[in-house]
Amino acid sequence: MATGEKIVNDLTIRAATVNGSGSQSSNLVLTHALFRLGIPVAPKNVFPSNIEGLPTWYDVRLSPQGYKCRSGAIDIVVALNAATWHDDVASVRPGGAIVHEAVYPVSGATLRTDITYYAVPFGELAKKHVAQGSLRKYLVNMIYVGVLVELLGIPSEAVEAAVREQFRRKPSAVETNLAAVRVGVEYAQTHLEKRDPYYVEPMTGHTEGSILLDGNRAAALGCVMAGCTVLAWYPITPSTSLCESFISYCDRFRADPATGERKAAIVQAEDELAAIGMVLGAGWAGARAMTATSGPGLSLMAEYAGFGYYAELPGVIFDVQRAGPSTGLPTRTLQGDVAFAYTLSHGDTKHIVLLPATVEEAYELGMDAFDLAERFQTPVFVLSDLDLGMNVWMAQPLAYPDRPFDRGKVLTAADLERVESWGRYADPDGDGIPYRTLPGTPSAKAGYFTRGSGHDEFARYSESAEVFARNLDRLARKHETARLAVPQPSIEESGHATAILAYGTTHHAVVEARDRMRAAGLEVDYLRVRALPFSPEVAAFVARHERVYVVEQNRDGQLYGLLRTDLPAADVARLQSIRHYNGVPIDAAVIAEPLLEAERSLATSLA
Amino acid sequence: MSTGVSKINLNVTGLTREVYKGSATTLCAGCGHNSITNHLIKALYEYGVEPHRLAKMSGIGCSSKTPAYFVDQAHGFNGVHGRMPSAATGAKLANRDLLVLGISGDGDTASIGLGQYCHLIRRNLDMTYIVEDNGCYGLTKGQFSATADLGSVLKNGKVNEFETIDVCGLAIELGATFVARSFSGDGKQLVPLLQAAFAHRGTAVLDVISPCVTFNDHEGSTKSYAYIKEHDYVLHSADFILGRGEIEVEYEPGNVQDIELADGSHVMLRKLDRAYDATDRIGALRVVHEARGRGELVTGLLYVNPASEDLCERERVPRQPLKDLGEADLRIGRAEWAKLMESFA
Ligand SMILES: Cc1ncc(C[n+]2csc(CCOP(=O)(O)OP(=O)(O)O)c2C)c(N)n1
Ligand code: SF4
Ligand SMILES: [Mg+2]
Repeated sequence: MATGEKIVNDLTIRAATVNGSGSQSSNLVLTHALFRLGIPVAPKNVFPSNIEGLPTWYDVRLSPQGYKCRSGAIDIVVALNAATWHDDVASVRPGGAIVHEAVYPVSGATLRTDITYYAVPFGELAKKHVAQGSLRKYLVNMIYVGVLVELLGIPSEAVEAAVREQFRRKPSAVETNLAAVRVGVEYAQTHLEKRDPYYVEPMTGHTEGSILLDGNRAAALGCVMAGCTVLAWYPITPSTSLCESFISYCDRFRADPATGERKAAIVQAEDELAAIGMVLGAGWAGARAMTATSGPGLSLMAEYAGFGYYAELPGVIFDVQRAGPSTGLPTRTLQGDVAFAYTLSHGDTKHIVLLPATVEEAYELGMDAFDLAERFQTPVFVLSDLDLGMNVWMAQPLAYPDRPFDRGKVLTAADLERVESWGRYADPDGDGIPYRTLPGTPSAKAGYFTRGSGHDEFARYSESAEVFARNLDRLARKHETARLAVPQPSIEESGHATAILAYGTTHHAVVEARDRMRAAGLEVDYLRVRALPFSPEVAAFVARHERVYVVEQNRDGQLYGLLRTDLPAADVARLQSIRHYNGVPIDAAVIAEPLLEAERSLATSLA
Repeated sequence: MSTGVSKINLNVTGLTREVYKGSATTLCAGCGHNSITNHLIKALYEYGVEPHRLAKMSGIGCSSKTPAYFVDQAHGFNGVHGRMPSAATGAKLANRDLLVLGISGDGDTASIGLGQYCHLIRRNLDMTYIVEDNGCYGLTKGQFSATADLGSVLKNGKVNEFETIDVCGLAIELGATFVARSFSGDGKQLVPLLQAAFAHRGTAVLDVISPCVTFNDHEGSTKSYAYIKEHDYVLHSADFILGRGEIEVEYEPGNVQDIELADGSHVMLRKLDRAYDATDRIGALRVVHEARGRGELVTGLLYVNPASEDLCERERVPRQPLKDLGEADLRIGRAEWAKLMESFA
């Protein structure tokens, strides 16, 4: 029995396995079991760009406060990959524990005195207890779940329920998996003596009513509920599961079994050049259309994105960001496309960009994107990231939409009856947003010519200098109008001199960092940007603070840069930039430490 | 020939020919593309297309500008270079009722747009796809395009060293369901072929040789008026008979191939000097290749599969245009939503 402080429900467990070994089921079982016990969980899958054979890690953070970012330290490692054994030993925090395959050598660099070793002959146990050889490599992972059940004191009913849920579509697998869990439990009972401080105990008041969902599925549901009917896509990690989820929801909820018809058109395009063309063609013809991609695909979409901006066509583009440049690290996360997406394409192009931070927002902003695209007749980019898109998060159940679609300014045949003439690119309302008609509108007045070349208010070809500049000015006016129509920033403010400004998944590290700083005596206000163009609230917030630390997950401080161009010169000096860009999701220390340091040195220099 | 036009010059839709015109052309006088525009106006008028149902799609190039020069009332979409097929695909998926007509150039199709061209055909999207083929990039002042014939000479004396990409041969190879070749100077052949293309369900490709008078109409060019007139090997003479009407014209049996198209129209192919079966895919490929070997341009309806299934049918896209579906059609119901959320708990 361990001596000293017990640590309850506040730890990160890492499973270090080999890609393709089927560890994902065990990891999910563990996550769901803990969640069922009422413990807030935050899993992070750190996986390779590979189908089989490379190392993969799955971290599940348990936190009584409900923190959703990475903790930055690993308490317990389950080491099942010989190739990473050295690194896995090194990754355990002092005082932590490592459950490992017994044959791995504990000597030299892998012999640490500040951690607890639990050697388990996983391979041997599997050989002995799993009759079918082909299943062994999978069930080894369930054995590790059993070992943790025993070591941490996880109530076994929760694990059993989680196993049943995990294999609900394959009932025959339930018993074999439960048996494997029991093998682990029994081995630990008879062979392992508890020497680490970590315990799991049921909790109440934190997870009740919550769901576990990944951002890509939530975004796909946003698309379904927004009435998206055309999906054109080209597979790319980490956006693929967004499209595949949309397809499976359409199969499930939009198909007519009698006719075989499905109220959606889905095309796996030949590339992203085509995917965006299809989206804009469909948007032009009046359907709600979307594509999802990541950095490389976004690069290919640039030309048509500018066309969409200038010819004023709706369309929704999800960019589930990964770590670039180029192919970069396809299975790691970054907020590296923000500046690029905002001005995607040549000339004076700028777009509406939505920046979801949570699963709830992946859904809500995903849905809003379609309204905004049609209201503003322009491509709308939703910038998620791998961390949000592909990890499972604790979230509130997604709210049923409370308003109808906003299809924007579309003139029908009846509307056209009532007007003498209309100009496709005129601005009768003064908000920069023109009216449009859809092909197929039965009226001799409906037609107009959509083009990416210079055009006047009546969509006629024009090379006139005045007409060209006037149109660009109107587009700028439209962008100004968008400042108040896009999702407004979320602000937590109580008059402090210092503030943090962040966006997207960086949010979760900010939440924990603010708590840590508060504990260290520093209170900071917080603004989270939820869309571009910046709301006027952003400038006002910055002006109210002496120092605003802009935190983001990219090397060059991309949003910081955008703020510098957008804010009045006097306020630019208030901005400081904190960046994290190694592909691993940001954690609280990355924010709290430099910020505390900076504020302290400021205090001393002022003193 | 039954054209569907009554004596007072209204077509079956009750519209005058005037309605099918567009703004004045800005292309060079004598450009083959202008002739094609005129033939298109005739074909659309006679076919009786309702202007509001027509979606005129194009990429970039002199050729791609032409949708502005016909059917002013219709919606046009002049997209980006080589990427018209994708926009056309989106438009058709959004609204199956549209008659989608794409105009491209040989550069727009066979160079920058080759990928989209291939995949369009592979999907068999229901549209008419015209390549206004002059063997060069007109708009950027006459560089060779990928359809330039091996050995063809540019105005500045430069000789094309590369094999041509034969957009018809390629289309047939890719499984295209309607492939025709014609010449901008031969309205008699082109108009019925255009109408047959409108009537076809699936991607109908028409490669129309269309001389660029400014950059590629000189001696040594294989896309000049003079060269084409001399080397045009016409497969058959084509008549188009609209709708399910009676076939009034008498044809000598054995000399005519009568093909019924998806909308009930017929295209009648009258044999000239040699028999030709336009439904024989391999035969079509052979004829295309052999003609090229002889330095000839074979024109006519090269291949058609009148019973093909287009993308919307294959994908079971509802008949009702997707653009018209509303919240009740598309959202998950409240009860099912609640169950779905529970399944995530
Ligand atoms: C991405 C891109 N690259 C290059 C161009 C320049 N450009 C405009 S038209 C054209 C060639 C058009 O040739 P073709 O399709 O044969 O049309 P034509 O003018 O001969 O009718 C080129 C290269 C462009 N508009 N876009
Ligand atoms: S440059 Fe050639 S293709 Fe272009 S308009 Fe003139 S003749 Fe026609
Ligand atoms: Mg050309």
